[in-house]
Amino acid sequence: MVNGLLGLLERLGAATRQTITRLGFASRFFIAVLRYTPTAFLRTQLTLREIYFAGVLSLVIILMSGLFVGMVLGLQGYDILNRYGSSEALGTMVTLSLVRELGPVVAALLFAGRAGSAITAEIGLMKTTEQLLAMEMMAVDPLARVVAPKFWGGVISMPLLAALFSAAGVFGGYLVGVQLIGLDSGAFWSNMQSAVDFRIDIVNGIIKSLIFGIIVTWIAVFEGYDTKPTAEGVSSATTRTVVEASLAVLAADFILTVFMFRGV
Amino acid sequence: MSFASLSRGSPPASDDAASLTDVTFGYTPSRTILSGISMRIPRGKVVAIMGGSGCGKTTILRLLAGQVRPTAGKVVVNGQSVPELSKTRLYALRRQLGFLFQFGALFTDMSVFDNVAFPLREHTDLPEPLIRDLVLMKLNAVGLRGAAHLETNELSGGMARRVALARAIALDPSLMMYDEPFTGLDPISLGVVSRLIRRLNDALGITSIVITHDIYQSLNIVDYIYFISAGGIIAEGTPTAIRASTDPFVKQFVNGEDDGPVPLHMKAPPLAEDFLGRQGA
Repeated sequence: MVNGLLGLLERLGAATRQTITRLGFASRFFIAVLRYTPTAFLRTQLTLREIYFAGVLSLVIILMSGLFVGMVLGLQGYDILNRYGSSEALGTMVTLSLVRELGPVVAALLFAGRAGSAITAEIGLMKTTEQLLAMEMMAVDPLARVVAPKFWGGVISMPLLAALFSAAGVFGGYLVGVQLIGLDSGAFWSNMQSAVDFRIDIVNGIIKSLIFGIIVTWIAVFEGYDTKPTAEGVSSATTRTVVEASLAVLAADFILTVFMFRGV
Repeated sequence: MSFASLSRGSPPASDDAASLTDVTFGYTPSRTILSGISMRIPRGKVVAIMGGSGCGKTTILRLLAGQVRPTAGKVVVNGQSVPELSKTRLYALRRQLGFLFQFGALFTDMSVFDNVAFPLREHTDLPEPLIRDLVLMKLNAVGLRGAAHLETNELSGGMARRVALARAIALDPSLMMYDEPFTGLDPISLGVVSRLIRRLNDALGITSIVITHDIYQSLNIVDYIYFISAGGIIAEGTPTAIRASTDPFVKQFVNGEDDGPVPLHMKAPPLAEDFLGRQGA
């Protein structure tokens, strides 16, 4: 009984130590990547290529999801608002839900699944097939040549994708509210314009998506670089990226919301 | 120079492209891979390092390339003590080295042409027309000028190895290191790659270190062979000396015998105990 308890404590201690060590390693890795920021921006072609892979290739899933989320918000929002006789506030509700929360959060979750997993898999496979090592042996630092451009490509793409997600969502809300249900188009747009504050709602939404971009891409590049160089290693690293990034985004969203919208 | 005259542990000479002196290394303190190993790689020669799997052959290349640092001893490449180099100086040294990986390690998101052009684009400011000419020349040297436009997934194993070789010599290295260059090749590709190693070494006036298991190919192309086992050099000599050697290990290796100094069976309990004794013992 006592031995079992001691064994449990021992495993718990070992797991905690391993987590802290890994977190420390990830932090040092993050700082090392930041040091190569000038390289990533001086060699624009490399970063543009990563923006294309992380951003442009995620457009379809982001726009389609945004549209459907906006349409569902339109239907649900109308149902609730109509009970209180305030269905004309539908545009405001849809837009505020999207720019404050759903845009940055859902876009980040989709980004983690679509681009984050791809980044981890690509770096992981490069490590497994010794491509990163080959680069190092040719006196080319993989952190500068591969990781930093991927990191900044992801960080730049994320706020743009979140903005497009919100825009598609607002359009989806408009389709349902105005075109399908028949609300007044002028009321939909003007209520929205007067209720949405640029600094509080839009800028905070952009800040959120930027922070989510940093979190997701950092986890994705780190997991790829730290992959165990086997097929199974790449597979578990890719899964870890999606799980860790999603949880980190949701946790960070709560913290950011507490600071940004408390008492607003 | 006569390799046969070299004695183990002799101090490095100034005409050595690389040398290891009393080098000890282990990935963990409890597991020593190399213990007190010394070897010299004279300039202009092709030297093979042979031995069983896991004996530390590749570790020697990793030490020479500065990927890992020795626990003790000296590692010198082109007159520079590798473990003491800063990252900048180590990268400067690596620009003088060429490295061929076991499976080529070609960049899969680039074409054959771009793979060979990669080191030139990274390390020089040469105009694109000149890079094009250089890449085609390097590909021509390995017989694959016609494959310049191909993607890496369109190459056979032997072709991939040759493209990787063209990439490794792109910056005209003074020391080439080959890690198991013959693994998994058909007999034709094997002959092509082995002759290329020798031809490039002589034509470019470079030095080559070949890590390999393939005794027959090695005996035909190299100037000197080191046999590694249990963390140390157990035999060495020219191909002629190796062929004539009566050393039990060399004989077993050259003739591919089942049993000898390297036992077929790993240490295990007696058969009777395993099959007739306690279950799961």
